Amino acid sequence: MDAQVSSATVPHKIFDIELRLLVDAIYLKYHFDFRRYADASLKRRLTAAMGRFGCATLSQLQDKVLHEPAVFPALLDYLTVQVSEMFRDPTYFRSLRSEVVPLLRTYPSLKIWVAGCSAGEEVYSLAILLREEGLLDRSVIYATDINLHALKRAEAGVYDLDRIASFTTNHQNSGARSSLSDYYTAAYGLAVFDKSLRKQIVFSDHSLATDSVFAEVHLVSCRNVLIYFDRTLQDRALELFSSALCRKGFLGLGSKESIRFSGSADAFDEFVRKDRIFQKKAA
Amino acid sequence: MSTQALSLQRIRAVVIGASAGGVEALRNLLPALPAELAVPIFVVLHLPRESRSLLIEIFSPLCELQVREARDKDPIAPGTIYFAPSDYHLLLDTGPQLALSVDAAVNFSRPSIDVLFESAADVYQQQLMGVILTGSNHDGAAGLAAVRRAGGITVVQNPSSAMVPEMPMAALRSGPADFVLTLDEMVELLKTLNREVQT
Repeated sequence: MDAQVSSATVPHKIFDIELRLLVDAIYLKYHFDFRRYADASLKRRLTAAMGRFGCATLSQLQDKVLHEPAVFPALLDYLTVQVSEMFRDPTYFRSLRSEVVPLLRTYPSLKIWVAGCSAGEEVYSLAILLREEGLLDRSVIYATDINLHALKRAEAGVYDLDRIASFTTNHQNSGARSSLSDYYTAAYGLAVFDKSLRKQIVFSDHSLATDSVFAEVHLVSCRNVLIYFDRTLQDRALELFSSALCRKGFLGLGSKESIRFSGSADAFDEFVRKDRIFQKKAA
Repeated sequence: MSTQALSLQRIRAVVIGASAGGVEALRNLLPALPAELAVPIFVVLHLPRESRSLLIEIFSPLCELQVREARDKDPIAPGTIYFAPSDYHLLLDTGPQLALSVDAAVNFSRPSIDVLFESAADVYQQQLMGVILTGSNHDGAAGLAAVRRAGGITVVQNPSSAMVPEMPMAALRSGPADFVLTLDEMVELLKTLNREVQT
């Protein structure tokens, strides 16, 4: 690799220097740790935030973050909120149904962790799947995220009605045993998901970067969250999942994510390779 | 060696964006590239979501260069063509290495050409070549401007030779391109890029 490109690993542009200073400032003041997020998406999101807050430089944004209390919560939305959909990658849910659920059924009670749940699309998808499979009543789903706004939205379970068509198609393709419309009420351009789904869901503030394991679980679903982390933070998160899972517990990742280079690679077997479902080894 | 040929020797990576008519254009372009080419090539092609992964199956047997779907955090191999997976943005990250995101669509597109080009310009600076091909929207115009600002080389398919001219025209409106070429001319240009792996 030539000198000019490899020097990119050491901040040499002013923006890169400001980026390091800003994430340090956020960590020191608010204890949110973005220091181990992957640069490319973080830069893109912060550039968008600079426009939103009328800042010409990241240093100006840093000034606002430190001195204007309203700015950081709004910035957090730029830094964390993923755009997901219900039953994204329907084959993932199809494989959960056909391959994982038969084993989950053997447990008297189930604990499931949706890590980085954002606005909750994945959480409700799993809750509906468990309801369809007759398992929801004996399950607890822990839905965690670092963003309290996102958690509130997730807890509300309200989505724009114009997103429901694609949610419904995905749901049908996931091997649905019911109609998605059984689970929401439509009103005023919104779809409000059934409160009874929420009875089994615990929404909680948790950081994969700074917090530790809080429960033993049978399934961790964490899809398209690790792609925003660098390898060090990915390793940390995977270690948390590995410690949280019971022996022979399951881990579901995003369709382009993998554990092959991580320190935890040896802790798991591939269970459904094409859908990135892994099983923790027995020993 | 001409000044222009010398300046092309600095190129360490190529990013290509295409939309409507793109499969056809890439079928003329990518298979014509020789196996000895050492630069990595990153491609965003807009496709309907359900057409995923077929790209690798289409292009792999046609190309002398390695063809792969981009995976998150993969290190970058020389002489390899990386396609953005469907429904993910492809970015270049510090390292350099590949990065994926599920951030919101840009220009109604995920993957978006702007997202790839802007992140690649940030990583490769003046060592990047950006190429905009046929298409019916404006994605890539801002990305090519970022390549230009970073001092990279900009290439746009001649709109009159493009199956759908809007995207090349939008790219040209964003600023002047170093080369405005037909696909055949583009093949000749790309063949002059580095054949030795830079260490």
